[in-house]
Amino acid sequence: MNNQTENQSRFEEITQSIKKGGHDKYHEKQAAAGKLFVRKRLELLLDEGSLQEDGLFANQTAGDLPADGVVTGTGKIDGRPVCFMANDSTVKAGSWGARTVEKIIRIQETAEKLMIPLLYLVDSAGARITDQLDMFPNRRGAGRIFHNQVRLSGSIPQICLLFGPSAAGGAYIPAFCDIVIMVDGNASMYLGSPRMAEKVIGEKVSLEEMGGARMHCSVSGCGDILAANEEEAIKLAQDYLRYVPSNFKSAVPVLEKINPSSEKKLSELIPQNQNAPFNMYDAIETIVDGESFFEIKGLFAPELITGFGRMDGRPIGIIANQPKVKGGVLFVDSADKGAKFIQLCDAFDIPLLFLADVPGFMIGTKVERAGIIRHGAKLIAAMSSATVPKISVVVRKAYGAGLYAMSGPAFEPDCCLALPTAQIAVMGPEAAVNAVYSNKIQAIEDPKERIAYVQTKHQEYKEEIDLYKLASELIIDDIVEPDKLRNELIKRFDYYSTKKIAPAPKKRSVNPV
Amino acid sequence: MKEIQSSMAGTVFQILVGEGDSVSKGQTVLVLESMKMEIPVDSEQDGTVKELKVAIGDFVNEGDVLAVLA
Repeated sequence: MNNQTENQSRFEEITQSIKKGGHDKYHEKQAAAGKLFVRKRLELLLDEGSLQEDGLFANQTAGDLPADGVVTGTGKIDGRPVCFMANDSTVKAGSWGARTVEKIIRIQETAEKLMIPLLYLVDSAGARITDQLDMFPNRRGAGRIFHNQVRLSGSIPQICLLFGPSAAGGAYIPAFCDIVIMVDGNASMYLGSPRMAEKVIGEKVSLEEMGGARMHCSVSGCGDILAANEEEAIKLAQDYLRYVPSNFKSAVPVLEKINPSSEKKLSELIPQNQNAPFNMYDAIETIVDGESFFEIKGLFAPELITGFGRMDGRPIGIIANQPKVKGGVLFVDSADKGAKFIQLCDAFDIPLLFLADVPGFMIGTKVERAGIIRHGAKLIAAMSSATVPKISVVVRKAYGAGLYAMSGPAFEPDCCLALPTAQIAVMGPEAAVNAVYSNKIQAIEDPKERIAYVQTKHQEYKEEIDLYKLASELIIDDIVEPDKLRNELIKRFDYYSTKKIAPAPKKRSVNPV
Repeated sequence: MKEIQSSMAGTVFQILVGEGDSVSKGQTVLVLESMKMEIPVDSEQDGTVKELKVAIGDFVNEGDVLAVLA
């Protein structure tokens, strides 16, 4: 054998061995859990033949740590370049060594230079404790990954696909992403494992219960979308990218216009009784392009709906109260959910549509102790500071601070619209009459007389908050027929697309948290 | 034991099932009144109503057990 062929065969042997990942038994274990090999995930995620890998030979000399347990590089999705990092859980459970961390940091730096989205395909047991001095406390240690994520936030999209665990420090990768898609049954996030919880605090709990995907997508709010399997998670990530630009300066993708898929009419969906529940999803379907609604945090705080949609092919962000759940009242979690989504849309120049049907923020001991005011302030601060085009539509009612949270007139929406059925007030007629005339009502002894008195006061109050009176006072900008709402919104969003607001002359806001 | 819990603080406004009735997942079993809104409470599973823990007019807090299914 001559030198050249010897070199060639060495190259091939090493390369192939690295690309195979870890030991066969780990591949089998993964497959049994419904998990795909990291290179298969990337094949499904990226356009065919687009993958360009970096650092394939990382830690090659160690022998048993192919690519040091992480695949990083650049590829394309729908023809748009993206960077990625993808843990290989067949290599020491996807744990992080020094070169793993260096590779992740480098791909972050690449994404920043190229100003393209960065996808984190996470499936990792956390730090390799044996390597801690080389990867934990130093300047280019794991902390730098999170520091970079924070710095990159808002300049490029950061998307996390969680296929397996993201443990301890590693759990902060999803936490700093714009969106986290979790695979049901396999994905998990936790600072301390159940084993550690039992040893350190004496708690006996299962992984699924403590840090499972379903829990995070419905209770903690750390997860945004629950996917049934890995293929679905990958499709969701590809779909998500169709709503966001490659960076904060570039244009949002515009798709072909599709008429709404709903055959129902908005006018027929809205109940006459202000207090009766109705399903806001049905209303959204009459407004956005067909098949374009992409929900975020659907399982978490469902009394507020957040998600992307398209109008005339252009992406918008929708924040809508859901009267069917908890009456559409705003709670601690719904306020957080709305705040994060508004920041996401504002960062990437996605116009906001608020659909208000809100009795207000929840009251009572439970929510006050949970800091409803502090959380509500987060939502109001996010909405108020958003400078993208904002349209507020009062669908049925906007009472109290609910009007404020849903971008009421004082918060400089580009316009505040109302359907003819809308009521805008500090509170609803029943509550208001009770609050103002409580003593008088109690003093009337004859029940019939009392009811008559209350009804008169209701009527007076309703006249006071009559919608045409509000329009006459220029409080709302237009009263719109429900079935013409979609067309009016398309026109208005088109006109508002040149909106520019200079940032305030200060270093930063001190935001409520 | 399967429980139906209150989704939020409020007053029991209507009770739509009786003890012994069978309920299916997604069925509205009672309606609360809270923040001047009617709040339907749905069963999250199939079962038979073993015990109703509340009466019309009762104040309930978030997480309180409203009914027990068998």
